[in-house]
This record gives sequence, structure tokens and C-alpha cells, in this order.
Amino acid sequence: MENRFFVDSKHLSPEALKKKHQLETDPSSRKNHMEYLPWMEKIESDVCKNVMEQMNSFDCLKYTKKDVKTALEHETCTIEDFKALLSPAAEPFLEQMAKRARLETSKHFGNTVYLFTPLYIANYCENYCVYCGFNCYNRINRMKLSMEQIEKEMKVISDSGMEEILILTGESRAQSDIKYIGEACRLARKYFRMVGLEIYPVNTDEYKYLHECGADYVTVFQETYDEKKYEQLHLLGAKRVWPYRFDAQERALMGGMRGVAFSALLGLSDFRKDALASALHVYFLQRKYPHAEMSLSCPRLRPIINNSGINPLDVHEKQLCQIICAYRIFLPFVGITVSSRESAQFRNGIVKIAATKVSAGVSTGIGDHESKYSGRESDGQQGDEQFEIDDNRSLDKMYKDISDEGLQPVLNDYLYV
Amino acid sequence: MNRDMLIIGGHEFNSRFILGSGKYSLNLIEAAIKDAGAQIITLAVRRANTKEQENILDFIPKGITLLPNTSGARNAEEAVRIARLARELGCGNFVKVEIMRDSKYLLPDNQETVKATEILANDGFIVMPYMYPDLNIARDLVNAGAATIMPLAAPIGSNKGLATKDFIQILIDEIDLPIIVDAGIGKPSQACEAMEMGAAAVMANTALATAGNLPLMASAFRQAIEAGRSAYLSGLGRVLTRGASASDPLTGFLRD
Repeated sequence: MENRFFVDSKHLSPEALKKKHQLETDPSSRKNHMEYLPWMEKIESDVCKNVMEQMNSFDCLKYTKKDVKTALEHETCTIEDFKALLSPAAEPFLEQMAKRARLETSKHFGNTVYLFTPLYIANYCENYCVYCGFNCYNRINRMKLSMEQIEKEMKVISDSGMEEILILTGESRAQSDIKYIGEACRLARKYFRMVGLEIYPVNTDEYKYLHECGADYVTVFQETYDEKKYEQLHLLGAKRVWPYRFDAQERALMGGMRGVAFSALLGLSDFRKDALASALHVYFLQRKYPHAEMSLSCPRLRPIINNSGINPLDVHEKQLCQIICAYRIFLPFVGITVSSRESAQFRNGIVKIAATKVSAGVSTGIGDHESKYSGRESDGQQGDEQFEIDDNRSLDKMYKDISDEGLQPVLNDYLYV
Repeated sequence: MNRDMLIIGGHEFNSRFILGSGKYSLNLIEAAIKDAGAQIITLAVRRANTKEQENILDFIPKGITLLPNTSGARNAEEAVRIARLARELGCGNFVKVEIMRDSKYLLPDNQETVKATEILANDGFIVMPYMYPDLNIARDLVNAGAATIMPLAAPIGSNKGLATKDFIQILIDEIDLPIIVDAGIGKPSQACEAMEMGAAAVMANTALATAGNLPLMASAFRQAIEAGRSAYLSGLGRVLTRGASASDPLTGFLRD
């Protein structure tokens, strides 16, 4: 069954509804998604070309059991081997893949699992991405935290023991400008050892500024590497410009960030192609910037407010596990993050195989950490969440569960230099 | 009889096993000390940079020498900053210089390592540089004031053993400082072999961290290192080349 993304809010004005419907039904009413906006920096890079060539020629049905066995026998996993591991032919080999993945994980990461938590500081958004709870046509409580509110949230999180934070915003340059985000980073440096960012893509000089403010890792989800599908899902706003988003990680590294994270949102398009492209994005960029630290996330689509029907289609837990194992075998040195979108049971299992980083004490809403962490009623306003999470374990519970699995939870392994 | 001691920067150690950093668990530290006999334990400064309840620093018993490393440094300047931070944290004067600008194989940057070694040695640190085994660089490190030389046997975490054996042997033969074999040692037999070659000590981490029975593997390393050391000290016997020795000596024609 196809996801049903389009939902009309009765609160929209007739003009807004008209524009929304036009965007949804008439492709000619949308801006060219391959064309940069005037303020967007264009960099010289062949990474995108290399990734797209591989993705476009990937025919997952041509791989056989023999190809999969050969791939598992190779000491170094080639791009062709990786494609075989992502193919349907590899599904019967999931247990063997998991064993190999676990071996590679233990060689590079031992038995450690890193913990972090996201902090959403604003949910204003200027884009119409049809699957996202923050999209500009979705009627939700909007909010942008003040610096005092941000600091209060950070204190609550820091008191729980967390040392790594990922600051997120909706994608609105107007509501959450670079200076606002930079100030939030400076505050975060007071309370946390490690500060990451997951915000709208920006230019190199802006990444440089944010790095100077204390951020050192940048996560950008490409959502889907299939630009034609991307065009049909991101109908309005700066986010619609696909190539500018693609080069975000490279600009972040040029701006001095230590590390970058990548992902497709699995379930939007052909997940095997998207998984291939995500990993190759890492692979080719790592060859160009060998010093950089890289990691992959593996999110699947989740239900949102006003649309509970959104689901990850054909990406079941088995397929997700296959992708994660293939990532680990192909890129043994990269971090793999599995978010609270997945269930506690899945996360407990996957950290024993390949995942090296999980979130805990998660809220994807705005300004609600105090009420969520302490159980106290919040006295202030709260902003609605981006999507529904599945695993709502606290840091303490997650720490204990990971320890009970015989793994070593790690709250920090990082120095800002 | 003189006791056989490992001397680094004027400090004496009985043990020739050093626990590397990277894959940490508190069980690992305990096994390394109790069962492998380690007297030196490497500590990633970035990992100690924590407020968490289980700070590694709290789990190092008195009498154990901490060897902070500069992992995370991508150049000499960052390594120097991390080393100084370690000293401020109370980790003492030992420092293992590790500089990587490659996140895939974590291979050390030899040139930057020489630079950092010189700055830190002048600053009073006992510098133990991790390096790719290259004789010229090793000599530069000696001149820069290094206390030991720490060549890698194979890529970190690879458990591949003495992949750079011939080049490490050259360092052992030509450099007067202790040569401590670091990275890539995957099993006790490989540690033993390094010691037979004349290495002064062996550093390992992954091989222990990923063992099924940690204490047992730790004690296996201890025995292997001791066996290799004894073999080296006793002078290895003649190793016959292929085809055995010629029965008629080549120099039999010499008369006086």
C-alpha cells in the first residue's frame, strides 16, 4: 500500500489550500529542484557524480546467492560486494552477515556503545516535505526556544548525565537563523562535551562560524538520493534544492567540522538504492577527506501528528537489519546510529551486531524535557513533535540495559581541539 | 644477577606488557593488571574527558603508570594541546603521541609525530611516539627527544600480527631506545615473536578486549611475552637456511 502523505488542515485559508493542492497535483507549479537559489554556495566536487553513477546502474535483482557468498568470503568488501549484500539475494544470509558485521564492529569499536540525546530548539519550517510533521502546511504547535529556555533544557539534560547533545531545528532560516543556532552551540559547550548539529544545510563560512561556536559534527539527511522522487516529496522551500543538500557534508568539512553524518529516510523511495547511495556518499567523501570522522544513520519513516498512516512500507526490521549489516561490512570504521524511531527490542539487538551509537531520553518536541524527565507538569508552552518515537527509555534505563547486554556504554570519547 | 627491567625515561618497569587504549571496559583494565601484569595503562585523554559515573581515571589503581595518549589529534599542534591537557588532569609526564589524519585505517602521521615529539620532549614530557616503522623517522624521533619508539605491527584493531616485521627488526637493530611494538598484535604467539626479535615491550588492546575469556587471554599474553623475552635474552640458536648448511666450508681454502 502506498503511503498517503497528503492531509489537508481545516485551519488553512482557502488561498493556502489552493496553493497546497496546486503544488501537490501540478509539477509545473513547483520550482526546479536542481537549481540553486542565489545565496546557495556551489562547490567543485565529483562526489555526487560518482555516487549517482553507481546508484543509477544498481540493479539489485541481478545479484545471486553466489555473489553474496563471494562477498562474505572477501576480506575487503568492494562496491560490487556491497551491492550483493544489499540485494534480495542476501536475505537468506542475514545471520552470516550479522556474524561478520559483529566481528568488524568488535575490531573497530570493541564492545562500546555511545549515548547521546537530541534537543529540538525550534520547529518552525519553511518547507513542504509531505511526510514530515514539521511541514509548513501541518497544523501543529510551533515554538522557538529563547536562550533562557534552551539553557534550562540543557541543564535538565546535563543533570541526567548526558554528555553529548545533538541540536536540531526545523528548516527555517528566517525563524532559526545562524546566529541563533550559534548562540545555542555556545551554551551547549558549557553543559556538554560534544555538540552536534542537525539543521538546514548552510554555506561553508556559516559552518565555519558554527564550528567556532562549539559544534563539531554535522548531520544532514538526504532523505532520498533519487532526485526525481525527492522532487515529488519536497514540494516547496529551500530544502527542495536537492544538489545543495547533497554537498552539505562536504561544505561542513571545508568549514572545519570534525565529522559528518549521513542518511536516507528509508521508506521514501527504493530503500536498497538509497542505502547504496548513503554508504557511497560516505565512501567517496572519506577518500577525499580521509581525516574526517563519518557516521551513518538508518531512520525509517514514522507516523506524524495529523497523519498516523505514514509507515516505512517495505522496509521491515529484517531489511533494516540487512542494510545495517551491509553498511558495517562495507564501511567497518564508520559509526552507525540507530534512533529512538526503532523499538527497544530492535535497538537492544542491533547494538550487539553493528550499531555503535543510540539516543536515550529522547523527545522530538520543543521545550518539554523538564516535564518528560521529571514527570512534573511544565509551566510553559511546548512545541509539537516531528515524529512519534518508539523507544522512550531514559538515559539511566538505557545505560543499564546496555550494560546488562555485556556492552560498555560510553557517554563521551571526544575532545574539542 | 641484574634484574631485567624495562626502562623508559628513567622509570623502571618489571612488566613488558602495556595495555593499549581504544576499546575500554573496566573488566579489561582489571584483567590487564591482575592477569597480564601490566604496570602501564594507556588512557585516551578524550575518553577521560568525562563526568560520567564510571570515569576510567577512578579505576586505575595506585602504582600503575598512566600513559595518556593524544588520540583524536590530527596534527602536531592538536597533539601538544591534548598532552598538556593530560598533564593538567593529573596524568603525569608520560605521553604517547598518536596523530592520525586518516579515520579509516588510523595510520599515524610520521612527520607531524616528529614535530610534536620535539615540542613535548622540550616541555619535559616523557614522549612515546606511535609511528609507522621507518628508520629515518625513527632516527628523527630519537633526535627529537623520544623516550621510546612505538612502531605499529599492523593496522590498529586488525589483529594481523607482525605485518611490518622486517622493518621493526631494522628499528630494533639500529635504534638504541626501547622499541615497543604497538597495534595489530592479535594473539599471544605474535607478541612472543615480537619479543624474540628483541622488542622491549608489546602493547595490545583489541586482542584482549575481544577475547572470549578475558582473564585467561590476559595471562596468556603475560606468559607469551615472558617466554619471548627469555628466548631473546638467552640468544636464539642457529636458524638454518633452506637446504641446510654446506658440508664443505666456503672458506676452507684459507691457510693462515
